[in-house]
Amino acid sequence: MSINPFSLEGKTVLVTGASSGIGRETAIRVSQMGGTVVVVGRNRGRLEDTFAALEGTDRVHRQVVCDQTNEEDLERLIDGIPQLDGVVQCAGTSVLFPFQFSTREKYDRVFEVNFFSTVELLRLLYKKKKISNGGSVVLIASVGGTTVFDTGNGVYGASKAALVSTMKFCAKEFAKKRIRVNAIAPGRVHTPLIESGTMTDEQIRMDEAKYPLGRYGEPADVAHGVIYLLSDAAAWVTGAMLVIDGGLSI
Amino acid sequence: MTIDQFVENFADLFDNGGEINAQTPFKELSEWNSLMALSVIAMVDEEYDVSIKGIDVQNAVTVEDLFNAVKGKL
Ligand SMILES: NC(=O)c1ccc[n+]([C@@H]2O[C@H](COP(=O)([O-])OP(=O)(O)OC[C@H]3O[C@@H](n4cnc5c(N)ncnc54)[C@H](OP(=O)(O)O)[C@@H]3O)[C@@H](O)[C@H]2O)c1
Repeated sequence: MSINPFSLEGKTVLVTGASSGIGRETAIRVSQMGGTVVVVGRNRGRLEDTFAALEGTDRVHRQVVCDQTNEEDLERLIDGIPQLDGVVQCAGTSVLFPFQFSTREKYDRVFEVNFFSTVELLRLLYKKKKISNGGSVVLIASVGGTTVFDTGNGVYGASKAALVSTMKFCAKEFAKKRIRVNAIAPGRVHTPLIESGTMTDEQIRMDEAKYPLGRYGEPADVAHGVIYLLSDAAAWVTGAMLVIDGGLSI
Repeated sequence: MTIDQFVENFADLFDNGGEINAQTPFKELSEWNSLMALSVIAMVDEEYDVSIKGIDVQNAVTVEDLFNAVKGKL
């Protein structure tokens, strides 16, 4: 056994959103910390890229292509996966719309990915006893909607606030099996998610200047927090929202 | 899609949009700010089902410039 409390040796970890950004970096770093990884994503080519970048060829990493808003895909995913010690849900989407244009259709589209399908996957994993006792669940929320309320971010923010609320309920209910449930709330991180072009480069530069530590995050900044929450170093941490935002919300 | 209708939808975003016409340099309006930029993108999405980007708004000087940017993506 490793004496490193952050080691993930012997742990099998499911990572959604592993085909891009934070999920991809998390999957790779979990493998570097000794974990066996099940990578899940929608885009087959990009998921294969992540899979190929995993370390530890002696371990049985797996990849599953899954649109988590599709019920059949979800069932296939659940049926095919091994017993898990960790679950990291990174799949997510975002939109920028002022409130007066935030129609029900916009809320539905975002909530479907960020909230409903994320929560349904967790429910199925728990109900089907796929998460081992003593396991750890990490949900990627956001400072947006929980501590920072930027103009135009209401739909996205509400979906993440709902997710944080559910995280806490689950933390309480799952505690009897010593399964820990936590969330990470990142500030803006350089990934394709923030490159939709709705904001101009100039607006992004001005926004980045608001961060006390002087920059947006990198996927690894978040992945390191995930590793902590998955590891035995966080054995007494549940129901927490770990803010990783370069000081934005101070 | 007509320029008149576009100007009307555009002006509707403002409290004091009465004076706005196709030649108005809209970023000089006192109500203009970053929320307005987002609102323009959202209005175009809602009314015309077209995704314009922040850079399209940045590059446009007059309302007509914006109209042409949207038309180019129809
Ligand atoms: N980047 C930021 O600034 C930031 C800040 C705070 C929180 N977050 C959160 O961090 C998480 C990861 O975001 P990211 O920045 O890494 O974004 P990203 O690079 O755009 O990655 C999003 C991931 O979600 C997956 N996904 C989206 N819809 C899906 C669906 N219906 N079924 C299955 N997978 C789906 C994508 O899969 P495919 O690519 O295969 O389609 C992709 O792997 C999200 O929950 C996001 O809200 C991001």
